[in-house]
Amino acid sequence: MNYTPPALDYAALAPMIVIFAAAIISVLVEAFTPRGVRRYLQLLIVFGALIASGVLIVLNAGTRTVTAGQAVVIDGPALVLQGAIVILAILGAALMAERSIDSVGDAFASRVSSLPGSEEEKQFTQRGYLQTEIWPLTLFAVLGMMLFVSANDLLLMFVALEVMSLPLYLMTGMARRRRLLSQEAALKYFLLGAFSSAFFLYGAALVYGYSGSITFPEIAQTITSKPGESLVLMIGLGMILIGLLFKVGAVPFHQWVPDVYQGAPTPVTGFMAATVKIAAFGALLRLLYVAFGGVRWDWEPIIWIVAILTMLIGSIVAVVQTDIKRMLAYSSVAQAGFILIGVAAASPAGIASTMFYLIAYGFTTIGAFAIIAMIRDANGEATNLASWAGIGRKSPIVASAFAIFMLGLAGIPLTSGFVGKFAVFAAAIEAGMVWLVIVGVVASLIAAFFYVRVIVVMFFAQPTEQTASVAIPSAFTTVALAAGVAVTVILGVVPQPVLDLVTNADVFIR
Amino acid sequence: MTEIIPAEGIFGLLWVLIALPAVGAVILLFGGRRTNSWGPYLGVLTVVGSAVLGVLMLLAMMDQPAEQRTVVQNVYDWVFVGSFQASFALQLDQLSMVFVLLITIVGALIHIYSLGYMSHDPDRRKFFGYLNLFVAAMLILVLANNYLLLYVGWEGVGLASYLLIGFWQQKPTAAAAAKKAFIINRVGDVGLSLAIMLIFVTFGSITFQDVFGQASEASEGTLTAIGLLLLLAAAGKSAQFPLQAWLLDAMEGPTPVSALIHAATMVTAGVYLIARSNAIYDAAAWAATAVVVVGLITIFMGAIIGSAKDDIKKSLAGSTMSQIGYMVFAAGLGPIGYVFAIFHLLTHGVFKAGLFLGAGSVMHGMNDNVNMRRYGALKGVMVITFITFMAGYLAIIGIPPFSGFWSKDEIIHAAFERNWVIGAAAILAAGITGFYMTRMIAMTFFGKKRWEDDAHPHESPAVMTIPLIILAIGSTFLGMALLFWGNIEEWLEPVVGYESVPTPLPTSFYIAVTLVVVIIGAIIGWVMYARKDVPVEAPRGNALTRAARQDLYGDAVNDVLVVEPTYRTAQALTTFDTKAVDGFVNWTATFVGDLARRLRRSQSGFARSYALSMVGGALIVALALILVRL
Repeated sequence: MNYTPPALDYAALAPMIVIFAAAIISVLVEAFTPRGVRRYLQLLIVFGALIASGVLIVLNAGTRTVTAGQAVVIDGPALVLQGAIVILAILGAALMAERSIDSVGDAFASRVSSLPGSEEEKQFTQRGYLQTEIWPLTLFAVLGMMLFVSANDLLLMFVALEVMSLPLYLMTGMARRRRLLSQEAALKYFLLGAFSSAFFLYGAALVYGYSGSITFPEIAQTITSKPGESLVLMIGLGMILIGLLFKVGAVPFHQWVPDVYQGAPTPVTGFMAATVKIAAFGALLRLLYVAFGGVRWDWEPIIWIVAILTMLIGSIVAVVQTDIKRMLAYSSVAQAGFILIGVAAASPAGIASTMFYLIAYGFTTIGAFAIIAMIRDANGEATNLASWAGIGRKSPIVASAFAIFMLGLAGIPLTSGFVGKFAVFAAAIEAGMVWLVIVGVVASLIAAFFYVRVIVVMFFAQPTEQTASVAIPSAFTTVALAAGVAVTVILGVVPQPVLDLVTNADVFIR
Repeated sequence: MTEIIPAEGIFGLLWVLIALPAVGAVILLFGGRRTNSWGPYLGVLTVVGSAVLGVLMLLAMMDQPAEQRTVVQNVYDWVFVGSFQASFALQLDQLSMVFVLLITIVGALIHIYSLGYMSHDPDRRKFFGYLNLFVAAMLILVLANNYLLLYVGWEGVGLASYLLIGFWQQKPTAAAAAKKAFIINRVGDVGLSLAIMLIFVTFGSITFQDVFGQASEASEGTLTAIGLLLLLAAAGKSAQFPLQAWLLDAMEGPTPVSALIHAATMVTAGVYLIARSNAIYDAAAWAATAVVVVGLITIFMGAIIGSAKDDIKKSLAGSTMSQIGYMVFAAGLGPIGYVFAIFHLLTHGVFKAGLFLGAGSVMHGMNDNVNMRRYGALKGVMVITFITFMAGYLAIIGIPPFSGFWSKDEIIHAAFERNWVIGAAAILAAGITGFYMTRMIAMTFFGKKRWEDDAHPHESPAVMTIPLIILAIGSTFLGMALLFWGNIEEWLEPVVGYESVPTPLPTSFYIAVTLVVVIIGAIIGWVMYARKDVPVEAPRGNALTRAARQDLYGDAVNDVLVVEPTYRTAQALTTFDTKAVDGFVNWTATFVGDLARRLRRSQSGFARSYALSMVGGALIVALALILVRL
């Protein structure tokens, strides 16, 4: 049998090819260059590749094509989400590149292989070794995410899922401080991630068994042409959904979220919280709308139930958290619930508003984690809420920025979060889901409580001896932080350009 | 029908009204210490500028014929997604005009007063920044031409109010009060956001013009739902039953804040919302009745609380609740009441601001002591404060010709046009007002000295007394001016509608009865608190007094009904989330139990239970998929 390689539209794939090439070069740099120059080379490669990729995405703006033998699709949603992933990855990489806020070095263990607490570890730290493996891992994760939102068949989607996830498992375990917590989180993330991948893969197999195809358009065609109901299809769909809902951190597949957010190095948490959500929701949207649009009435109730559980449980549990990273983790669970409302709307407005929400959420979140990395005491980051008491007195600017992020996440008007919530709710209302929106509004009321509590602690509580200090960051974090604040405010006050962007890109091509 | 005129001429500067205080807020809040010296003056100037502009616009508006007084200015397109459109568009009509004047003029006076009141505060600049922010947000609220922009202002004033209540953050009570205000207001905001959603679904638009134009076409059920949700929003912002609990605690903020935000302007936003949405309430009788009931309950709650508090500001806060209750009540009466709700809102805004600033002046001279049992005989020491306070007093209890008389009398009269029971209740409440306000002046200005040893009462500086004098003049003449010279009914009629129904008895009869009841209340107050000595320690009091001192158990009710259950649920869910997943899985189905045991043997640590919860979730998904098919 002759094998004909599929035709590749290199122009359309260029943004991903750049990242892929850079990731490989980055591995080579890691292997062959002397330690002293590695960091600078890596930074050059990472930022260069991300910026180049971003430019290529902009140049591709009008592209709407299916390429690589039906496997990859470059359309409006794919380009918008890829663009968002790349920009947020630049900010995330900036946080990872930060070296000024910890007196010892960056946020990562000098040598991940050294035993936590060992003599060896101390020596590595003293010698000032910097760990640079984080950079190729970052690039591979970004590649996986970009592929994830443009995958047009189940197999490629699975590959993309793994390319995205495996580097993230490793990056989670690389924290310089509290290493055991970090490694435990990494292991948990890996085990549960593998578990969810198995669900996805098994579901994909069942769907293939039902339709005889793995590409989304063909699955859709089989669904519309085959009469009657199919248990195989339903169970297959359900299992694929579980795999994706795990990645977005929806209840009841959310339990890894607090542990991983807390354990991972804070720059990685910020990067991951912002970008994985975009990638996973992008994939979820494409899968549900393109492949399973014909059985919409079957999956909508699940999204409903999961959305309601996710919003309520995420918001309610966040109320009693005392660790700021854990609180933001549950907040991210709750936010996933709000975004699911847009998914449930199953309309172009739903796609557009979901994308807007994801972009808004990404920038706000990455900014919030940038600040968490800066609030420190003698043991590194001070994530206990009690040590944030009175920060607003000491560092009004940093505390104000964090307050803006909290107001954004709470969805207060003139922040991006408000427009995002409103767009998502309006889309769902138009689709007739009044009750879902009512639950959403009530959940956002509960959520406002814990976001505001942080503001109260920062501004209205007296500083105590426990109160942490605010480290002065270098330009890396400052830029990321400024971008976070700017986008949170601009998308609240003049959201129209971005709304136009996502509205013009709200059609999946088949 | 009212035409919509594009904003031209002086109205082209509509956005400047908001921009001035907004820019002031930005400069003061982000300008840092450099602005410490001149910042407060800039804060005053921006609001004075807006006030001048507002007056010029009033003059220009009066030149236009009545049906051409609605101007709209589209600043920019804010959110356009799908069929959902919301512009940053401002609408100035007769209703928003009076609000602009109230906010900017009273606001300017309070800014000036604060120059003196806050002169020793190290964070003065921030204070004026927040005040400017408040004025800008409040102007957005009343100038919005659609519900979403109104919501922006609505949240903005909430935020400013929250920042100002907690301004003296060194007091833990202030921080707690700020948080409480924010949370309770969020409950009201849920009402408003759901109302906006429902309005959008029903009418396909959220601009006032479109919505009110089509209001009669929607079903009564929908309109009732919208009306009730808007009422919930109004109750939150205006401290009406059952969301009243935050206002008394809000008195933790500096006194000028209490005067501006928690008496004259922000707390009346609920009344504005109801009056603005008159087309909806006119077509939804049940919702309008609910408005009357909520107003009436709050009139009495506020009056009872005001009668029992020894803290002068809290007593005034109870009185504010009660007076806003009157406005809400009037707005619920429909076209016979809207104009008088707004009329009372305006007169109240002026005389209550004067009363609060007067209380602030007293506190200023008494080492910030708020306990009226430690006052007494101050009339000789603080002459200007005393005289201006008396003007406010006579206005609020409704003695002719002071301004409160005219507005309250119109509300009582309108109530009788509807139903004599609610009319009688309104008169009774007026009697209680006479009682608690007399109690207040008796304990403060008359009787014997009960001062603390280190108190050296003195009159406040001119920067504080001049605003008091201006507000006292307003308390005296504003009612007559608006009624006889301004023809308030005619002025507002194109926006909120107005009609009058004949009552069985002549108007003079109601006036006479009201006055008699008020005077009886005042005499009781005088006998109890001026003729007898006031003990320095509060006596135990009867059951009602004790309940009223506890804000009629508003906090206890909130704790039992909302706070405790939420915390319990959250705690339970946390436990559930980290520990009890196994039980949940076992419950799902027996065969999962087998799987669980097998998995439990093969794994250890938390990851196990997380994975089990995923299996549980998988079962839910599968069950849901299959059940949907059945």
